[in-house]
Amino acid sequence: MPKSMYIHIPFCNRICTYCDFNKVLIKNQPVDAYVDALIKEIEMIEPQTLKTIYVGGGTPTALSEQQLEKLLAVIDGRFSVEDEFCFEGNPDELTLDKLDLLHNYGVNRISLGVQTFNNDLLEVLGRSHNYDDIFRAINHMEKIGLDNYSIDLMYNLPGETMDDLDQSLKYIEELKPRHISWYSLIIEPHTVFYNRMRKGELTVDDDEKEGEKYLYVIKELEKLGYPQYEISNFAQPEFESSHNKTYWKNDNYYGLGAGSHGYINGTRYYNVKPVNHYIQAMEEKSDALKESLELSVKEQMEEEMFLGLRMNRGVDITRFEEKYGKTLDSVYGSVIEEECAKGNLVRDSGHVALTPQGRLVGNSVFLGFLD
Amino acid sequence: MNDFERIERQENIRNFSIIAHIDHGKSTLADRILENTSSVASREMKEQLLDSMELERERGITIKLNAVQLKYTAKDGEDYIFHLIDTPGHVDFTYEVSRSLAACEGAVLVVDAAQGIEAQTMANVYLALDNDLELLSVINKVDLPAAEPDRVAQEVEDVIGLPKEDAIKASAKANVGIEEILESVVENVPAPAGDPAQPLKALIFDSAYDPYRGVISSIRIIDGTVKPGDKIKMMATGKEFEVAEVGINTPKPMAAKELTIGDVGYLMASIKTVSDSKVGDTITHADRPAEKPLEGYKKMNPMVFCGMFPIDSGRYNDLREALEKLELSDSSIEYEPETSQALGFGFRTGFLGMLHMEIIQERIEREFGIELIATAPSVIYDVHITDGSKIVVDNPSEMPDPQKISHVEEPYVQATIMVPNDYVGPVMELCQKKRGNFVNMDYLDDIRVNIIYDIPLSEIVFDFFDQLKSQTKGYASFEYDFIGYKESNLVKMDILLNNEKVDALSFIVHRDFAYERGKVIVEKLKNLIPRQQFEVPVQAAIGQKIISRSNIKSMGKNVLSKCYGGDISRKRKLLEKQKEGKKKMKAVGNVEIPQEAFLAVLKMDED
Repeated sequence: MPKSMYIHIPFCNRICTYCDFNKVLIKNQPVDAYVDALIKEIEMIEPQTLKTIYVGGGTPTALSEQQLEKLLAVIDGRFSVEDEFCFEGNPDELTLDKLDLLHNYGVNRISLGVQTFNNDLLEVLGRSHNYDDIFRAINHMEKIGLDNYSIDLMYNLPGETMDDLDQSLKYIEELKPRHISWYSLIIEPHTVFYNRMRKGELTVDDDEKEGEKYLYVIKELEKLGYPQYEISNFAQPEFESSHNKTYWKNDNYYGLGAGSHGYINGTRYYNVKPVNHYIQAMEEKSDALKESLELSVKEQMEEEMFLGLRMNRGVDITRFEEKYGKTLDSVYGSVIEEECAKGNLVRDSGHVALTPQGRLVGNSVFLGFLD
Repeated sequence: MNDFERIERQENIRNFSIIAHIDHGKSTLADRILENTSSVASREMKEQLLDSMELERERGITIKLNAVQLKYTAKDGEDYIFHLIDTPGHVDFTYEVSRSLAACEGAVLVVDAAQGIEAQTMANVYLALDNDLELLSVINKVDLPAAEPDRVAQEVEDVIGLPKEDAIKASAKANVGIEEILESVVENVPAPAGDPAQPLKALIFDSAYDPYRGVISSIRIIDGTVKPGDKIKMMATGKEFEVAEVGINTPKPMAAKELTIGDVGYLMASIKTVSDSKVGDTITHADRPAEKPLEGYKKMNPMVFCGMFPIDSGRYNDLREALEKLELSDSSIEYEPETSQALGFGFRTGFLGMLHMEIIQERIEREFGIELIATAPSVIYDVHITDGSKIVVDNPSEMPDPQKISHVEEPYVQATIMVPNDYVGPVMELCQKKRGNFVNMDYLDDIRVNIIYDIPLSEIVFDFFDQLKSQTKGYASFEYDFIGYKESNLVKMDILLNNEKVDALSFIVHRDFAYERGKVIVEKLKNLIPRQQFEVPVQAAIGQKIISRSNIKSMGKNVLSKCYGGDISRKRKLLEKQKEGKKKMKAVGNVEIPQEAFLAVLKMDED
């Protein structure tokens, strides 16, 4: 059974122009009813010790202190967390009081949505915070001793220069966060960005330039003491995200809240997305499941590969065999050999992993493992 | 029946076709005729009943023929037997049209009341006149806002010579004028004139393969009678069979005791392949054969060849089986194994024309589920070697080295293009660009011009029709006939990817255009071939000489940057979509090439 849990808070005070996650503007939403419904869903799960809990969004910090406390009390009453209890938060919303509350209920990691330190770019992204908010939030965290935080950054933003990347690197050096997620901007359909791109109002660099920036970020973070451990993730030793590794190791997790995804014993499932539908489903039948999909063993193995290869460490050969009762070579021997010959994969006795060259074109390597 | 009854019955038979330019409403009219006679209830009708293949319905064209027997009680109180014979509607199938017309005594000529006469109208009229058919003119779609029935009737009189007062104004869609057409068929189409006492002569005008019943031949009896148990002989091939069943289509097949003079129906005789029952051949009795076969039989030769290769090389045998099955129902395709260095094992396959080629390729992919890479089509070149011998080349990669060639001849067609006079300039320009030789220009009336050029068939194959359509905003219509071989200054252009020659991309080009086309194709390929993980040079060469070169840049960053939040299914779908695209590509060496790249040579004159 899962040892990890994802909890979704689909509310935001402002909608970012690039975001395609399940979220709504918090204004006039039935937030209290949502929290109640969510608590009901949480209470369906047996009290137990979990390895990780991750509360994401939307913006979990968009909830009021009262709402947060109500939710945290239930979580705290049912589960003890062995390893990582992480909350996503926006710099402008992480007040000292809220942080204190989180800290008191055992939250031991904050994922801070910084995105960039450039105020102009923050505006383009439609973020609610500015440069000053970032430092204020970090001060608060240090003050209460919640010093395990990650900062989320983005690159390949419209109008971004190498100087912007250098600026971010400079602050990283200064602030010394434990962990950094640095994603390249993905223009998703149904976002403000997508429409503005289509109209030609926005442009981003091509994938060649994007590749250069990517390699630059990897190299510079390494120098600063943040070795890459996943396609877009970097951490000081011992501070890799335990929760996110659940996904990449293809382990089980619960998904709770509107539109959340979970994975239990080979079945992927997700809840209804619209907030009102979710509340109604929980109220009426104590179940908000929208769809579940049982994966074949072959599909499970495919996902084991394209998720596992995202990590620099790669896919654990022994673990694969234990999980599926087949050797990795008997299933994927020829693909692995082919990609090794191209210089995209490398293997040792324990793992198969992407090479730096392979990481740059990971998708084309992953395709080899799909049928 | 005795012979006297057969002759009496023949008096009331009317055999006719409907001929028209594409989209002028032939199939709709056929549907209405079926509804207005006692053959099939309206509620049983599917739109365009006679077009039976799925592909035909989708493309709105008729490929295979059908003949249906109808009963009609005319105003004179007599009962008539109509045989309505459908004809395919495309230039690639002219011969089949002419054979089905040969099974008729009359033809209903349908002309769109807004569009007027078009090139195919004329081509079909000529075919009908070749077969001495009585023509009835119908001006269709008179209910359309743009309809000008009187102008079009005048045009039919001026151009074809059918009196305008005889033209029936109709709307097949709105069921207007149908009875008038039926009465006119009774009055004007002559009854057949066969002799039941003569040895059997039956014309095969279609031949279809059915996996359960073998070949079903559509036939028209000219003389004599045929019935189950008869020993028959195909006069062109000499093959003999025993008749298992004869019958008529209503349109559902119904077995009959016999088919006799004037009848149009089907015949089954345990024939295993359509090449034993060829369109245009004459069926006679083996023990009492006719002296001479009917005129007009021609062996159809493929004009256009391409290589077809399974993307999954493990499916070579499946492809062969697919072609074997298609050959049972289509005697005009030819194929033989071909080995390409780039594409592996496949088949060099010959077709009547471009549409025929596209249809077969689509059927292989759709009905047999085999993903194909098809090379650009080629015509057949006669290559004269310096030692005086001659070889026939239907595959550009097999063109001998230039120093061994004395000269090359290529097939020419005579193209007849009908356009409004505003477009004469662009059409002539296009024909010149396509190496055409001007033959003639006729003004059909104040507006319409018939332009005739002799053009190399290879230029027709290379996107002529698409360009003609775009140059004339779709107003031009076009027909062509093979006229023979002529000497041309041709060279083979090779394409190198990553410094390796890709034989399947070679093509033949006139020397005068070689440089220009080399440049264009290199640019096209550069844009069509997706970026690989390394830089790929693209070169065009004649012999050893590189005439153009460009590089496909290597792939930039290509990896999903975000993969958290637990929505793995979505990432999976994204990868699966990329994988689908990749499956449609063929790996040549370590370069992945999509199908479009092989056809790039066809689109060289765009922009």
